Amino acid sequence: MKRLFSIIAMSALVVGLVSMSPMKYGVGDTVSLFTLKNVDGKMVSLADYKTCPVSKAYNTRIMDLSKKYGSKGFPLVAINANSPEESPGDSYEEMVSAAKRKKYDFPYLIDETQDVARSFGATNTPHVFVLKNQSGSFKVAYIGAIDNNSRDGSAADRKYVETAVDALLANQEIATTKTKAIGCGIKWKE
Amino acid sequence: MRLLVISVAIISFTPGFAQRAEIVKWKGLNNVIESKSGGITVVNFWATWCAPCVKELPLFEKLNAEGREGVSITLVSLDLDLDPNPEKVYKFVERKKLQSKILLLDEKDPNTWIDKVDPRWSGALPATLIINQKTGQRKFVEKELHEGELERLIAELQ
Repeated sequence: MKRLFSIIAMSALVVGLVSMSPMKYGVGDTVSLFTLKNVDGKMVSLADYKTCPVSKAYNTRIMDLSKKYGSKGFPLVAINANSPEESPGDSYEEMVSAAKRKKYDFPYLIDETQDVARSFGATNTPHVFVLKNQSGSFKVAYIGAIDNNSRDGSAADRKYVETAVDALLANQEIATTKTKAIGCGIKWKE
Repeated sequence: MRLLVISVAIISFTPGFAQRAEIVKWKGLNNVIESKSGGITVVNFWATWCAPCVKELPLFEKLNAEGREGVSITLVSLDLDLDPNPEKVYKFVERKKLQSKILLLDEKDPNTWIDKVDPRWSGALPATLIINQKTGQRKFVEKELHEGELERLIAELQ
C-alpha cells in the first residue's frame, strides 16, 4: 500500500558489496534484499520496507468498497495493524503519505497497541470484519477475505464482502459468514 | 451500520545446484501431507514476497542439509496466488540455491483448501505444518520460526 522512497547512499561499503556480485544493477533490475547495520546498532533489511503485496493487490478493491457502501450506511474504516518496529514500511508517516497519494476517502487508523487487531482476532492482511450496527452496538456479521481471487478482482467469482453487505442491506441472512485467504501475517511487536 | 477493514505488509549460499520448483495442484500438495512414509513430514508455506518467510527459509534448508533419516521437508510457494508467472520463484530458488523439495501451488479459491491443510491455519504466511506420519500427530505454527524451534517441534512429535 505504500512505496518506499529511499535514497541509498552509495558508500564505499555498499559499492564494495555490489562489485562482489557478478553483475552491477542496471535500471529495471531486481535488487537482492541486503541487510546492513543502522547507526542505532540495529540491523535494517531492505525486506523490512516491503509492505504486504496482498493488501496492495486489494487496495483498489478496498477503495471501491468504500465508494460503493459508504453512502449506503456501511462506511469503511481501514486499520493498519502492523507494528512499525517490525515493518518500517507500515509507519504512521507512510500511512499518511499513502492516504494522501491514493486519496483515501475513509479513515485510515493506526492500531499502535495492536489491541484492536488482537481483540478482533485479525491474523493476516487484508482481513475484513463486517459489523452490523444494532441500535448502537456493533455485531460481527462477517469475517474473512474480500473475494476469492487475490490476483485479479475482476476474475473473482465469489465477492464475499459485497455479498455479505448486500444481504445485510436487504435484511437477509448472510450465506457465507467466514472465509479464508492467503495473506501476510500481521507483524506483531516482539 | 459499519464496515471495517483491517489492512496494511538472509541469504544463504550453499554449493551445488538449486532444486527445480514443481507446479502442482491441490492433489500434489495433498500427496505430501498424506504421504505414508511413516516418518516426519515438514511442510512450510512461503512466498518470495513474504519477508519473514524468506528469513526463516535457511532453517528449513539447514534441516534438509542434515539429511536426518525419516524427516522430509517440502517448501510450498504460494506466489502463484498473486502472480501467475512462476519465473520469479524459479529465479529466487536459483539465486538462493535452495536444496529442499519445492512445490509451487497453483490453485484457485484458497478458501476451499486452506482448511484442508489445517483448520487452525488462517491463511497467513509464513506457516509450517509438521506431521508424524506414523501416529498422525500434527504441529501447526503460523509465525516465523527461529533457530532451534523447528528441531524442538519435531522432537515433540517423535
